[in-house]
Amino acid sequence: MIALRPDLAIIAANVAPGSRVLDVGCGDGALMAALRDERGCDARGLELDPANVASAVGRGLSVIQGDADTDLADYPDASFDYAILSQTLQTTMRPHVVLDHLLRIGERAVVSFPNFAHWRVRLSLLWGGRMPVTRLLPVPWYATPNIHHVTIDDFRAFVGERGITVERAWFLSGDRSTSAAAANFRAEHAVFLLRR
Amino acid sequence: MARNTPAMSDDARYGLARHVTLPGPLRLDGGVLLSPVEIAYETYGELAADGGNAILICHALTGDHHVASPHPVTGKPGWWTRMVGAGKPIDPARHFIICANVLGSCMGSSGPATINPASGAPWGMSFPVITIRDMVRAQAMLLDHLGVGRLKAVVGGSMGGMQALSWPATFPDRVEGTVVIASTARHSAQNIAFHEVGRQAVMADPRWNGGAYYGSEPPAAGLAVARMAAHITYLSEAGLTEKFGRRLQAREAKSFGFDADFQVESYLRHQGLSFVDRFDANAYLYITRAMDYFDLAEEHGGVLANAFRETRSRFCLVSFDTDWLYPTRESRAVVHALNAAGAPVSFVELSSPYGHDAFLLEAPELNRVVDGFLRAGR
Repeated sequence: MIALRPDLAIIAANVAPGSRVLDVGCGDGALMAALRDERGCDARGLELDPANVASAVGRGLSVIQGDADTDLADYPDASFDYAILSQTLQTTMRPHVVLDHLLRIGERAVVSFPNFAHWRVRLSLLWGGRMPVTRLLPVPWYATPNIHHVTIDDFRAFVGERGITVERAWFLSGDRSTSAAAANFRAEHAVFLLRR
Repeated sequence: MARNTPAMSDDARYGLARHVTLPGPLRLDGGVLLSPVEIAYETYGELAADGGNAILICHALTGDHHVASPHPVTGKPGWWTRMVGAGKPIDPARHFIICANVLGSCMGSSGPATINPASGAPWGMSFPVITIRDMVRAQAMLLDHLGVGRLKAVVGGSMGGMQALSWPATFPDRVEGTVVIASTARHSAQNIAFHEVGRQAVMADPRWNGGAYYGSEPPAAGLAVARMAAHITYLSEAGLTEKFGRRLQAREAKSFGFDADFQVESYLRHQGLSFVDRFDANAYLYITRAMDYFDLAEEHGGVLANAFRETRSRFCLVSFDTDWLYPTRESRAVVHALNAAGAPVSFVELSSPYGHDAFLLEAPELNRVVDGFLRAGR
């Protein structure tokens, strides 16, 4: 099979085998398929783009076309072991409401996002005076789906204020892990495992 | 196209244009015991040794069992050859395919035009009012007759989708996969309203005669108007505009009369007239009534999710963005209920300019979704 994106590989490796998983913003279902095939999970997905939904259903996955901002309210409480939101938080209208739903629907939530305080992003703003276009933020300001840019330290403060427990966190630079200490400067990506 | 084994091809129960009279009785939702129960149907392909490849296809309001074989009256190809056939998502080379004419219809299954054995005359309006669930129970009787215990999938669009939804709710252990296309779990006030216009058009035709017109001229004018009104609901406004606009029909200027000046008028008149050649007016009354009575939640204590608590079926729902007869929100309501019941469900809204009729037309994305869903089954 095709190698998973690095943040998805971390998620796939850290979800307990056989668990029930909701993948919010599941794209074409790559993570769901890995969770099903390699971890024996019962995976369900929610995805905005109809072509992606068709691809995911075409690989035998249960995916609903819908919007994280409006449709998570339809899911019953505690219906999944994990609710996963990969690379989607920064595109939602109300990230705080989405996160509340994830922790209501899932016993645990897994959230991954691109770090807006990565040094390349800082350099672009500091020296270039321009909104960054990087490998992880490849789209110019007017076309980006990312409407709520967030840094690792922002997110740490955010979950802290809301009394959410961080069980684990992973930080990625390229496809390599980087330490938690300098993560807000050095990591392009972060993955957080959360619970209430 | 049927590829039966020698054993199956020798068995008169299997093949095209089949008809069976089952003793029944079938207890109808209205309380009547129907006996016997006649069912016209077709099968394609062969049932696997483990019985795991049976797919039941449910047809829409004016459809029939000729899903992938030529219609006996019109000679047109089967109504769903885009979905059913060699190399299609539902393929006789891999699946044992069953399609039955619904109860209440006029293509060979028991309905107002068939003979009431008690009187020796057509039932007419003395035929009992039937429901979508009655249609499903009749299909289950047929499956028993065919030796099909469980269904790999039940698949239907529009009214066929109502039957498909009703299947796992009525027979939770017999269905492994449910595909519901351009459909709804209940008829809305607007749906009922359009059907009532159609029924009143039939009943206002003097030839209808309280339903006792068999042996004389049928109420063709009324039925044609009913079909014209209904046909508008199957298309989108944009689709009508693109196809006809305000273009005139074979003339340079308006006639200042009431002839079919506009192409859209001519088209609708043609749709109405060609329909009456192949459909019975009383059957139209009975089947539209069954659709109007359909409310799956009502059958389960008012909570739609309760309809799906017993079943282990997977579900796949598809809607079309220009379908205003059964709009996407109706499919979403079903998805919501399935989520609440914890059922595995997929849903996608596909884009099409063709309105409700899109499910019968060329839709590669629809085929991709249905194919993927069916292949994922056991």
